[in-house]
Amino acid sequence: MDSELIRVIAFLVGIIAFAALNAAYLVWLERKGAAHIQRRIGPKEVGPFGLLQPMVDGIKLMTKQILIPDGVDPVLFRLAPILAMVPAIMSFVTIPFSETLVARNINVGLLMIFAFASVNVLALLLGGWASNNKYAVISAARAVSQNIAYEIPMLITVITMVMITGTLNLNEIVAQQPNISQWYIFRFSASPLMPVAFLIFFICSLAETNRAPFDLGEAESELVAGFHTEYSSMGFGLFFMGEYANIVIGCSLAVVLFLGGWQDPFGLYPGVWWFLLKLYLLIFTVIWIRWTFPRTQFYGLLNLSWKILIPVSMFNLLLTAGFLKVF
Amino acid sequence: MGAYFKEIFTGFWSLLVGMSITIREMTKPVVTEQYPYEASVMTSRFRGHIELVPNEEGGNKCIVCGMCMRSCPSACITVEGEKREGIKGKALTRYRLDFTRCSLCGMCVESCRPGAIRFSKDYNLAGTKKAAYIFDLLKRLEEQNK
Ligand code: SF4
Ligand code: SF4
Repeated sequence: MDSELIRVIAFLVGIIAFAALNAAYLVWLERKGAAHIQRRIGPKEVGPFGLLQPMVDGIKLMTKQILIPDGVDPVLFRLAPILAMVPAIMSFVTIPFSETLVARNINVGLLMIFAFASVNVLALLLGGWASNNKYAVISAARAVSQNIAYEIPMLITVITMVMITGTLNLNEIVAQQPNISQWYIFRFSASPLMPVAFLIFFICSLAETNRAPFDLGEAESELVAGFHTEYSSMGFGLFFMGEYANIVIGCSLAVVLFLGGWQDPFGLYPGVWWFLLKLYLLIFTVIWIRWTFPRTQFYGLLNLSWKILIPVSMFNLLLTAGFLKVF
Repeated sequence: MGAYFKEIFTGFWSLLVGMSITIREMTKPVVTEQYPYEASVMTSRFRGHIELVPNEEGGNKCIVCGMCMRSCPSACITVEGEKREGIKGKALTRYRLDFTRCSLCGMCVESCRPGAIRFSKDYNLAGTKKAAYIFDLLKRLEEQNK
């Protein structure tokens, strides 16, 4: 067997395992984080510190029956959960975990990730629409308008980044940030608003993944469970795993673009451990945010995007363009 | 324009304050009680179903006067007794409490002159049949003495 085939298979298995393990154990981390923020213990019965809980939950989900209610669109209803999971896994292909640990170092990696990320909203739309359920349809409509509103400032910020880095290749972007003063979040020579750009990017990736406080799509107090109301068993499981995989993707991108990816802050021991450390710190922040803030109202969500994030990111774009021209 | 930026900054600041509160709460000790492994002590005024008060020998203080039976507004209580040698009055042979109808009003406890009954601290009741809540308090007392 030629080595290229072995490489493809190894990365395929590795990426799927990484995505699935992350989805499982981020649920555990989320429950533990939520519990301790509320001064409870959280899962503790199954295994030490409840560490086997995700396995048991997974088995439970897999052994349940997939119910297909009357009146649903049979094809789209089955397709939607797959569409939620597959793009997330595809996006892992181009994420550079370390200098060499990247499945495919694509020249347009950044573009590819955003192309796949926009499929995610299609999954929510199809899932909601095919369910033949009023809550699911309302939720799908919300998810689409939310994603459109937040895609704009996110992409403007990414354009700013691409103007500075001059490449769409994620590994090259990381290579440009060898130590902490050169991380793009602190690269004030490119634009004095870099930390703001990072914040905008982070807020938008929260909103894109439908995380609290932007989880209007599944606002359980008004919409039961939103677009996955009618899904049971692994149909629901795939939506759920897709959400966590998307969080990992969003945080990985933030790490790559702004926090120096696999680079050491002091330029000493770069490697995959630095990437994972930064990644999980960001993911913890995501969880922390979820359990701190209540869900926003819908117009508050859109106001934040159209009145604050888009003007500020536009301004940052112009400022960066000016800086690049002058210096 | 100034108000616009002020709103952004105060808003953002309040978000940071919120996050600092939750992270501090996270480091504080857990306050929940791990129920089946540890249970809190019931307060002195807690009212479980009634039980017989044991005397020094572990027996009961009931003189089978029937006051509790008559005072109960829901007719939950049935007491039966018999004459025994060497005992003044009657000796209790059966104390039946139908807890399904009890409203925990306390009339029985108040009307008992010898102080033979009191509220228990039992809150772990569960059952699938009505019969599970019809207690023989005399048997219960004997089992407790074992
Ligand atoms: S507490 Fe009230 S209702 Fe219950 S047995 Fe005593 S008198 Fe009857
Ligand atoms: S419990 Fe008290 S009131 Fe009831 S029969 Fe016995 S002595 Fe009388």
